[in-house]
Amino acid sequence: MTLQARIQVQRGTLAVSAAFDVGGGEVLALLGPNGAGKSTLVRVLAGLLRPDEGRVAVDGAVWDAPGWHVPAHERSLGMVFQDALLFPHLSIADNVSFGLRTRGVGRQARHATAAEWLARVGLEGLGHARPAELSGGQAQRAALARALAVEPAVLLLDEPLSALDARTRLTVRAELRRHLGDFPGSTVLVTHDPVDAMALADRVVVVEDGRIVQAGTPDEVNRRPRTDYVARLVGLSLLAGTGEGRAVRLDGGGVVAVAEETSGPVFAAVRPESVALYLARPEGSPRNVWPARLTGATPHGATVRCELAGEVPLVADVTATAFAELGLVPGAEVWATVKAAEVAVYAR
Amino acid sequence: MTAPPPDSRRARAGGRRRTGAGVPAPLLVPAVLGVAFLVLPLLGLLVRTPWSSVGEQLAAPGVGQALRLSLLCATLATLLSLFLGVPLAWVLARSSVRWRGVLRALVTVPLVLPPVVGGVALFLVLGRKGLIGSWLDEAFGITIPFTTTAVVIAETFVAMPFLVISVEGALRAADTRFEDVAATLGAGRWTTFRRVTLPLVAPGVGAGAVLCWARALGEFGATITFAGNYPGTTQTMPLAVYLALQNEPEAAIVLSLVLLAVSLATLLLLRDRWLGRSGTTL
Amino acid sequence: MRLRTLPLALVLLVTAACGGEADAPGAPAGAAEAATDPSGGAGLTGTLTVFAAASLTDVFEDLGERLEGENPGLAVQFNFAGSSALATQITQGAPADVFASANQSQMTVVTDAGLESADPEVFTENVLEIAVPPDNPGEVTGLADFAREELALAVCAPAVPCGAAAEDVFGIAGVTPLPDTLEEDVRAALTKVELGEVDAALVYASDVASAGDAVEGIGFPEAEEAVNEYPVCVLTEAPNPEAAEAFVELVLSDEGQQALEDAGFRAPSA
Repeated sequence: MTLQARIQVQRGTLAVSAAFDVGGGEVLALLGPNGAGKSTLVRVLAGLLRPDEGRVAVDGAVWDAPGWHVPAHERSLGMVFQDALLFPHLSIADNVSFGLRTRGVGRQARHATAAEWLARVGLEGLGHARPAELSGGQAQRAALARALAVEPAVLLLDEPLSALDARTRLTVRAELRRHLGDFPGSTVLVTHDPVDAMALADRVVVVEDGRIVQAGTPDEVNRRPRTDYVARLVGLSLLAGTGEGRAVRLDGGGVVAVAEETSGPVFAAVRPESVALYLARPEGSPRNVWPARLTGATPHGATVRCELAGEVPLVADVTATAFAELGLVPGAEVWATVKAAEVAVYAR
Repeated sequence: MTAPPPDSRRARAGGRRRTGAGVPAPLLVPAVLGVAFLVLPLLGLLVRTPWSSVGEQLAAPGVGQALRLSLLCATLATLLSLFLGVPLAWVLARSSVRWRGVLRALVTVPLVLPPVVGGVALFLVLGRKGLIGSWLDEAFGITIPFTTTAVVIAETFVAMPFLVISVEGALRAADTRFEDVAATLGAGRWTTFRRVTLPLVAPGVGAGAVLCWARALGEFGATITFAGNYPGTTQTMPLAVYLALQNEPEAAIVLSLVLLAVSLATLLLLRDRWLGRSGTTL
Repeated sequence: MRLRTLPLALVLLVTAACGGEADAPGAPAGAAEAATDPSGGAGLTGTLTVFAAASLTDVFEDLGERLEGENPGLAVQFNFAGSSALATQITQGAPADVFASANQSQMTVVTDAGLESADPEVFTENVLEIAVPPDNPGEVTGLADFAREELALAVCAPAVPCGAAAEDVFGIAGVTPLPDTLEEDVRAALTKVELGEVDAALVYASDVASAGDAVEGIGFPEAEEAVNEYPVCVLTEAPNPEAAEAFVELVLSDEGQQALEDAGFRAPSA
């Protein structure tokens, strides 16, 4: 089973244009900031929105093409929304079997399937409950069961975890991962949370301003972000420049020493924990030393994430103890160093 | 209507406590005056009721007949309004029909039109000489004025806007994402309407139907104009009350009380039966 | 508005007031008083408030303008409504100068309360007529046609004056009417004729006249048995008694009588 999508659609001032394929059993994450057009894409896939141009097909069955549109209710798909959106007037079991009912499945079979799915998502015995009686995590599990009960060819997940609190999100994410592993169809996951994308997806497509800016495996995207947005998401400082041997001359000024030979347009990525801060210019000969000013500091567990402005903009993670010992306050002038071997460099 | 909070039962109970905590004086005073304004005339009726002759008045032959006719016609008018008005409300709330603004304004015309004028307007369309009525008369020998059908039509004309406006409001307030969900679950628009939209707006439909029924029950002007007044076929309670007022004011009061009692009892019963769960609508 | 003038209270008090006292029909001649009439105009000032039966609307507005024309300082106000509503308002203390009723019984309500400054006088009469649409589609010729089932027929409800009169004439004519509707007032009955929705309605001659070409009137002999007498009187509490007298005189004068005749009324017979 393969989902093929070439989509162009105008939403207000945003022109959304994207092309991607999702294989059977594969999970593709559409990762991007709010308003980037991810949900627009998934609404087109669902048939809730007609594209201006393009083609959507599943296993050769064409859903959208010029002059051709299969409405949502005639597509073999399941969809889970940010809010579970369980029908408030129906019991949980009736919610789960809703899709079966519209497809004309008999009462007995419906009940059996609903019970089976409720058991699979850990909601045994809650079939008679009303949606209002469920917790957020339970509701989202029920919504997943409702989407999967019809055994669709395509599963669309639109920010399925973002309405949940942090603890619930963790457990539901783990369960979702298990269910997606069992699902033979194509899955498209829309999320603005890189952790969701990394944990659940086989491939990640990064969407910004209606366009795909990067595509690759979660690991690739994680290690080699290609836009500031992705870099920030995965916690890297991304520096664009030109490779000149074992140095990268940055577009914004300054030079970064690297461990390997490079040439041409490249990205240099620096992990926050590899950045060290000093109040005075450090002795010895680290090759990457830059003066910087502390513009912001946010505690992150045992470390403090420091945002630095200067010739080379960086993010540094220092331990809370070190932060206190250095007596850092926003506006403080510091020296930042990075070992050349800690800088990842890859072609742009 | 987003996702239910982690424990919606507790949240709801909390809400109830908050509202009970006290009404701000700027709201309380007008509210009390408002209640007094609505209740005092009713109290006046009760005070002036000739209780000693109530039994006698009620036993008068026309009373039961007029009451039965009123209830029958108001109920039929409500059913007709539901049949026509709910789809109309859907079109107003959901569709992208052009002239929707004009359409909505037209729907509210019976609200501002003096009912007697409404009755005359019905004559001009459905009367013997009316646009459709004359054709009905010639082709089928059907004349509508001065029949029970005319009462139902007149009441529907006046009362249906209450239903349409109420249902349209409920449809606008309803979360359309539920309809998206239904579509992704294989439900066509009609199935979605029946299985999802309609249940979601059921409280609004119920409230609208009750308003519509109450308005139909009290309808006077359009009815007496278009349907006339004849005991047994077209004389509803409001007409009987009005005529009694001409020479037997005491009888008029008793009849009004009967109408009030029956309508209040019906509304309370309905609220407990099927509006009770949704609570806030009535 | 004072609380006790709430309509309901009105109705109740009126019924309470309908106690004893015999009828005091307004009979005697207005001629003697009318003779002293032309009071030189110009003298009357202030506001004159006339409570009059709705059927008198056109004629009285016309007469009111004439009086205003003769007395530039005078403003004439009318309150046209059903006679019973007017009688109720007057007994509740409404500030009226003149009361012109469409029947004796509602005038009696006022005289029973002792509110007339002089005995009421009958100033005009109205008789029932059959109103039919211009081409008379039902081919109605007389009262007997009201027993024809195939016709759409309107008669006033017995509770209202024109209905009571209708019952009388049908009784005298020995006709059992088969109306399709018992109208709440004579105007409503007339409207249905004008719209062509009924083939005939029993209304007053003045109503037929007021409808112009929209309806045709058909007289019938039994109408003489149910003549409606219109009494008028000046009220004791009249804020402007001089103007009130002048208005009543105008109504009784030849000029007033002619105006009434033009409107379909006829001169009092007694």
